[in-house]
Amino acid sequence: MSGDAQMSGDAQMSADNPTHPAAKGEGIGARVRRKEDARHLMGRGRFVGDIRMPGLADVAFLRSPVAHARILSVAKPQGHEDVVFAAEDAPGVGAIVTRSTLPTYKLSAYPPLAKDKVRFVGEIVAMAYAPTRAEAEDLCEAVAFDYEELPAIVDCDSGRAAGAALVHEAWGDNLFLQTSFDSGGVDEVARTAPIRVEKRFRTARQCMHPMEGKGVLAYWDFQANQLVVHTSTQVPHMIRTGLSETLNLPQAQIRIAPPDVGGGFGYKCLLQPEEVLVAWLALTLKRPFRWIEDRREHLTAGANAREHEYVITAYADERGKLLALDAEVCVNVGAYSVWPFSACLEAAQAGGNLPGPYIWPQYRCKTYSVATNKPPFAPYRGVARPGVCFAMELTIDAIAAAVGREAADVRMENLVPASAMPYTNITKKYYDSGDYQASLATAREMIALDAVRVRQQTGEVDGRLIGVGFSTYTEQSAHGTKVFASWGTPLVPGYEQATIRLNPDGSADVKAGIHTIGQGLETTLAQVASEILTLPVSKIRVVLGDTAATPFSTGAYASRGIVMAGGAVSKAAEKLAERVRLLAAHLMQCAPEEIRFENGAVEGRNASLTLEEVARAWYLTPEVLPDGVETGGLEVTEGYKPDVDTGLFSYATHAAVVAVDPATGATEILDYVVVEDCGRMVNPMIVEGQAYGGVAQGIGSALFEESTYDAQGQPLASTLIDYLLPGPTELPKVRISHTETLSPFSAHGIKGVGEGGAIAPAGALVNAINDALKGFGATVNEIPATPERVLDAIAAARSAA
Amino acid sequence: MKPAAYDLTLATSLPDAVAALGAHEGAKAVSGGCSLGPMLNLRLARPSLLVDLRRVEALRALKRSDTHLEIGAGWTHGEIEDGVVPDVTAGLMARVAHGIAYRAVRNRGTIGGSLAHADPAADWVSTMAVLDARLVITGAGGTRLSRLGDFMIAAYTTSLADDEILSAVQVPVLSATARAGYHKVCRKTGEFAQAIGAVVLDREAGLARVVCGAIEAPPVVLEATSAALLKGEPVERVADEEVEAALAGHPASFRAMHRAAVARALNEVGA
Repeated sequence: MSGDAQMSGDAQMSADNPTHPAAKGEGIGARVRRKEDARHLMGRGRFVGDIRMPGLADVAFLRSPVAHARILSVAKPQGHEDVVFAAEDAPGVGAIVTRSTLPTYKLSAYPPLAKDKVRFVGEIVAMAYAPTRAEAEDLCEAVAFDYEELPAIVDCDSGRAAGAALVHEAWGDNLFLQTSFDSGGVDEVARTAPIRVEKRFRTARQCMHPMEGKGVLAYWDFQANQLVVHTSTQVPHMIRTGLSETLNLPQAQIRIAPPDVGGGFGYKCLLQPEEVLVAWLALTLKRPFRWIEDRREHLTAGANAREHEYVITAYADERGKLLALDAEVCVNVGAYSVWPFSACLEAAQAGGNLPGPYIWPQYRCKTYSVATNKPPFAPYRGVARPGVCFAMELTIDAIAAAVGREAADVRMENLVPASAMPYTNITKKYYDSGDYQASLATAREMIALDAVRVRQQTGEVDGRLIGVGFSTYTEQSAHGTKVFASWGTPLVPGYEQATIRLNPDGSADVKAGIHTIGQGLETTLAQVASEILTLPVSKIRVVLGDTAATPFSTGAYASRGIVMAGGAVSKAAEKLAERVRLLAAHLMQCAPEEIRFENGAVEGRNASLTLEEVARAWYLTPEVLPDGVETGGLEVTEGYKPDVDTGLFSYATHAAVVAVDPATGATEILDYVVVEDCGRMVNPMIVEGQAYGGVAQGIGSALFEESTYDAQGQPLASTLIDYLLPGPTELPKVRISHTETLSPFSAHGIKGVGEGGAIAPAGALVNAINDALKGFGATVNEIPATPERVLDAIAAARSAA
Repeated sequence: MKPAAYDLTLATSLPDAVAALGAHEGAKAVSGGCSLGPMLNLRLARPSLLVDLRRVEALRALKRSDTHLEIGAGWTHGEIEDGVVPDVTAGLMARVAHGIAYRAVRNRGTIGGSLAHADPAADWVSTMAVLDARLVITGAGGTRLSRLGDFMIAAYTTSLADDEILSAVQVPVLSATARAGYHKVCRKTGEFAQAIGAVVLDREAGLARVVCGAIEAPPVVLEATSAALLKGEPVERVADEEVEAALAGHPASFRAMHRAAVARALNEVGA
């Protein structure tokens, strides 16, 4: 490890520095342009909504207009009984039930078509199909849905209150799950600690808003005797498993063939009721059906992420050295447990990750996953960690304020130092490698903390207030078997598989069951193969996702794609290279171990052959090969997981300078830096893209996005006028700096990077806002930090003064 | 979502359009469709008949008199922004148009459509109020003129009868030395305003008007502030007090944003 850490300093790069110094050709580390971009930039991508088929019918759903009600009747429009379906019309559709072995966890049955009760606005009551979506919606409108309203549980407090209405009657309470962690010494620290800081934080419910919403098209393929499902998903092989269970159909009769997917972010890593129902229609009626989610459906039925509440008491010494953390976390997880990740993931991640990159000698945390009459929680980019990081980073700044020191100094002194790596933290997270303090130091330098402090002294001519904030986090990536097995979820990721084949013309095919959702795997997996086979990326075709063409994969989630699928491609390519060496050794009359790969060719002692010449020998001119040749051929499938599968920890520090207008409450981001380390970067340009996109989403969480509800559980943000997404003019130019501290446990030292960008922005930005407001003694403790909340915080501080 | 079924008439003259609106219960006029389109898709608007006004030449008229410019209701925000429609308002209308939503909306959306929709946060609502413009309303019996304050009864509610069309706006020709201020508070570029302050100061014409808009109701003219502005008296405190009084009952943050918008608009005219 130490050698790698040493290297990291030298390998520091910026976006201006084109390619990693160690990169060769188009292999690992090269800034190769993305293969997938040409078709997307030309408008030639193929998404679910682009697929046309003869006889294709559009499906629309009648969704519950109320948050909680007993269903009295669902009456179909006369004359249209055969094209409208309620629960009793689809007896072959099983409820979605997600098990977990976590103690106290309660099962929910999530019927794709509501039965007996509806539990959130947007839950599907009936479906209809017609030649067009408009006509299908007309049919849904004509359904008479009669119900008896029940009291709605909208927030955690009312859900946990004695005598609360029950979302699931059989439970006796509204708790999906309770967890607790206790290192044992918090009370003792509390008695003597000189500094005690108490804080409450809230994060708003959000939607994920992939650019392409959910969509699914299904038909029966009579030739293959298969149900074919083109669905916009991150996890095609898991959907095959899930549909097999809910439709009671052998997996051999299901093919999931996802087309281009316009972003996932976790929204598409679930088996969704719409997927089950459209597939059931195609299976039952043997004709093509599709459903394309619209924004209103997404904003209401899809408002399924991020809603947390924290009560935190932190203890420190007079210098701000952390002593103990006592926390209670409530997650408003909505009505049902999603498949396969369950209603547990969020709280399990929150309780485990709250201590963050810091050394906390003592830690106690209780989590409550509260069932409410809102859409069921799904794991959104960062899964709990954006909330956890926000709470922790504001806590660090509150401690710094309490001891009267620069927050960056207090942060620095409490980060796990590089000398302690690998480090097992208080919740037994195994931080494999990294220099967290260096990332903070670089961020401090890039954001010019000292200059900001000087600028604050002089004041702004326009009356705005300048503030600076930091946020440091770890991103557990590619956590695998041990972690998911400990949660006991229905599917536990194991060895990721990939296939690689050398074709007769010397080109290669890479096939992996993970799917491309915008994260560039068509390019980066080709780069990994290129690293070993030395073929140009243009000669390596990457086939992803289709269950008929690729080996099993649990899919794209948990920042695992490039670690897991990249590792599998690497291992398969090494194996293929061995096979090529054996054949080439015979053809060149040398020993296999003498052969090197160079520029798409193999070089022996005195001769060289292109890979095409070797492939031709195997496929087309086998007469040149001797008897007894290795018969495995030039196609290899390998499975891979890192040596340690509890996760590889990427990390970063984000820092922001903001200007807050105390008259309007508006926040403008003046500067934003990201100093990140995700181990070896396969393609720095793609890593930067992940950071930019993640930061944009994090800024949405920090300043804009909020799915608001009234007391009856009615969603109030049902259009993009009410639910604000940051646009180009709201986003800063993000300055990125990289270091590369290789993981000692993964192929090529790669760590995951998909989620990190979204984790830190709220912490950095709200710390910056609070720094700007420190003259008022005001703090914002809730996101999004809207102008109203900023003004309210100022007003509250003024009235308290 | 997709709209419920409706019929469509492509009107080619104002009398045609008025007749079509009068003959069908539940008929609705549409121009750029920037507001009505989404409401149709959400099925919040369910007209039996849409009367498309985009082929009505009369709605594209421009008539200049010594005192007024009459701008046909069919001119788009973009055309006003670009100066295709001449400016007589000390640059106010072109500047306001430039700040409406984003260019795709400005290419389609019309001044008449926006006013008839009567969203309190829409820019033309506050702008017509501060200019004391006259809205020209055409019905079967001829035309009538209305101030914005009489035309707009409440949020999304106007005095337009079912068979009337807002056909033009008459904006006053301001003096060469007139100054205008306009400030809106928005969450993000292109969003509807959270608060609007609008000011016209034309000393030559003896005119000062200060408006507080985007208040979930028709904009209010701040009379005392306007009077103080004309006299050249300090306006800051009187404006604050008048906004506070006009917005009593609204949350403190709402009032603060409107105070800021009005103060900044006043600041632009040197008050």
